[in-house]
Amino acid sequence: MRRQTLSRRRFLAATAITTAALSTPFVRGAHAAGKLSIGLWDHWVPGANRASTEVAQAWAAKEKVELTIDYIPSQGNKNLLTIAAQAQARSGHDMLAMPTWWPQAHADQLESCNDIMTQLISQNGQVNGTVQYLGRAGQKWLGVPATIGSQIKGPCSRIDLLKQHAGIDIQAMYPAGSAPKADAWTMDAYLKAAEACHKAGVPFGVGLGDTTDSVDTAGAFFQSFGAALVDAKGDLTVKSDAVRQALEYCVKVARFYPADAPAWDDGSNNRWLVSGRGALIMNPPSAWAVAKRDAPQIAAQCWTHGMPAGPRGRFSPFLPYFWNIWSFSPNKPAAKSLLVAMSQPDAVAKFVAASAGYDIPSFEKLTTLPTWAEEGPPKGTLYHYPNPHNHQTLSIAAAPAPPKIAQQIYSQGTLTKMIVRHLQGEPMERTLAWAESEVEGFLRT
Amino acid sequence: MRAAVRQHHPITRTDTLARRRHLMADAVLSSDPPARRVITRPNAVRRFFQRKSTIAFLMALPLIILIFGLVIYPAFYAVYLSTLRKSMTSVAWMRNCAWLPDIICTHLPFGNIQFLFTRETFWKVVYQSCLFAITAVIFKALLGFILAHFVHNIPAKGQRKWRGMLLIPWVIPPAMSTLAWLWLFDPSYSAFNYVLTGAGFDRIPWTGDANWARFAVILVNIWVGAPFFMIMYLAALKSVPDQLYEAAAIDGANWWQRIWYVTLPMMRNIIAITALFSTIVTFANFDIVRVLTAGGPLDQTHLFATWAFKLGIEGGDIPLGASVSLFMVPILAVAAIFILRDINQRGNEA
Repeated sequence: MRRQTLSRRRFLAATAITTAALSTPFVRGAHAAGKLSIGLWDHWVPGANRASTEVAQAWAAKEKVELTIDYIPSQGNKNLLTIAAQAQARSGHDMLAMPTWWPQAHADQLESCNDIMTQLISQNGQVNGTVQYLGRAGQKWLGVPATIGSQIKGPCSRIDLLKQHAGIDIQAMYPAGSAPKADAWTMDAYLKAAEACHKAGVPFGVGLGDTTDSVDTAGAFFQSFGAALVDAKGDLTVKSDAVRQALEYCVKVARFYPADAPAWDDGSNNRWLVSGRGALIMNPPSAWAVAKRDAPQIAAQCWTHGMPAGPRGRFSPFLPYFWNIWSFSPNKPAAKSLLVAMSQPDAVAKFVAASAGYDIPSFEKLTTLPTWAEEGPPKGTLYHYPNPHNHQTLSIAAAPAPPKIAQQIYSQGTLTKMIVRHLQGEPMERTLAWAESEVEGFLRT
Repeated sequence: MRAAVRQHHPITRTDTLARRRHLMADAVLSSDPPARRVITRPNAVRRFFQRKSTIAFLMALPLIILIFGLVIYPAFYAVYLSTLRKSMTSVAWMRNCAWLPDIICTHLPFGNIQFLFTRETFWKVVYQSCLFAITAVIFKALLGFILAHFVHNIPAKGQRKWRGMLLIPWVIPPAMSTLAWLWLFDPSYSAFNYVLTGAGFDRIPWTGDANWARFAVILVNIWVGAPFFMIMYLAALKSVPDQLYEAAAIDGANWWQRIWYVTLPMMRNIIAITALFSTIVTFANFDIVRVLTAGGPLDQTHLFATWAFKLGIEGGDIPLGASVSLFMVPILAVAAIFILRDINQRGNEA
């Protein structure tokens, strides 16, 4: 019987095969860190999604994660339906972009982001009060404030029409590149300008419907008078002097808005500005961006600036988006790592540039990016859009009521309905009684 | 005893004949004596699968699964959701019922319905849904009836073209066609207002005034739904025997009498069924109101479905939204029972 000998060649081959077999589980393949599925808001601005895809996929390639991105539009509230469906099914994306109130509505189903928020705040600066109000339940951060989709809905005015009919030089009040000199930009000045522009046939295009643009403006005006329907403790404060004062002012100024303002939706004000029919609207720069494409002569006369100041201060509507991780996500560490990557200053600058200045980061060190200073025409038209000098308090309508109550006041458009009811001749006390009854219903748990 | 034997050997005459045929065939094919062959009964499972009812059930199974997954399960889930509190963590029990003993009241999970009854907007939605559905169905039926007569009287050669054209509003997805209507009714740029102001009339706040907004949504619903009535009535008209009209003509009946005494009685069942279907669909309408007015101004065009969406999805109060959407079920069920009973009775009389 022939005895089998172990040759040197055979020994080396066997050793190599054994080593390879033993080390296979430890090889870092292309998707070694698993899978991650995320749902981002489908941006209005063409090409803006490309920036988020690039940033996220660069992170995925570096971290060896198989990443799937779905862009979910807010048209027809498809994003809200997706959030509701995933919350009910306890299944879906690992990370999902949620607008304004929705992190609070699903607070129990969201992973705490305290660890990464501490890191991001120390890196990028503190977040504004509205982000804290909407993004935190007690001491728990429900997500990370997203740059993509977050917006301020301040005034976008026609430089020429305000100068011609109201005698206001809005560029002098809000000069590009420096702090505002807008002490004279008050509620009284706004009322007089609205009246003058109405008489001149170019009324301010502010809606009174129950969609977000209308509600946000009404909310900021109420807050400028210190008026809230429910206070932070959850107590009803509808029949207060501040509410009466705010309602009276809003009705006074609403008489100078277009007659069909109660039927306006979120597109009506954009069309109003682009068609050249009005001197001012309350909107992020999307309307200006459309004008730049479709009516460049109008875009060249647009200037985005701060809100008028009321007796209790200057408040501007801020609507943040959040990136949230579901508690049922199977890959939370990867999702957190991605959120940190998407909140880095370079990534944020890329998102802002890709959205032509529409997107606003919530961290205070990131509100002076070059995009806002450089965008035009006219150059500097967006300089004051991200509130670079903290000239106004960023807020959301119905705050400071507890978020779950405030969400009802906001989504039902209670503030604009109060204005329209009183505007159409209903006595103030009857309107207040109606509002009180409505809000009482929102207090149920 | 005989019965017991039959129970043990339930072989029918047909079975016996079939078996004989099998045995004869075997005898031809093999040389073994027939007596030694084991007589096997057809497999029970095989027989089960050969039954017509089994095959019919299996063929319908995909549809049954779909209906269960997309209709029955969501419906029961909606019922479950409607019994929860806003926070969805516990049941919304009723409280303080004036008309029920407390011991019963506090164990009924209809707290959301009880809450809705106290809301001004809810009663407004009930009123608007009834106004919308009843008005729209009456006008759709009237218009459909008139159109069906027109089309019926068109010579057969050109009738198909007209039928096709008149069906267009019903065939286009309503969300899409309503967008076109939205541009016609737009608050600031209404095409109708452009024509009106051109002719020297005032602008009409089509979607800004409650009455005009209600008119607008009803009008669009009639525009979308009338062709369905037309096609159903046309089919019914074609099935009325000509002899009846000939007999009526011999009796000296005029046009109106022919309609009243011949056409309408012959179409009664179709009219009732069409009205029932349309009432259900119109009550549950969502897309037209959502696109055209989104329930505004001041909630004065909301229907059950649009208000449920507003509360449940936009407002984040899913249990209350589910309660609103389910509120129309008993109303429609009662309407369906009455109409179907009437049809049944008439069927029996016939």
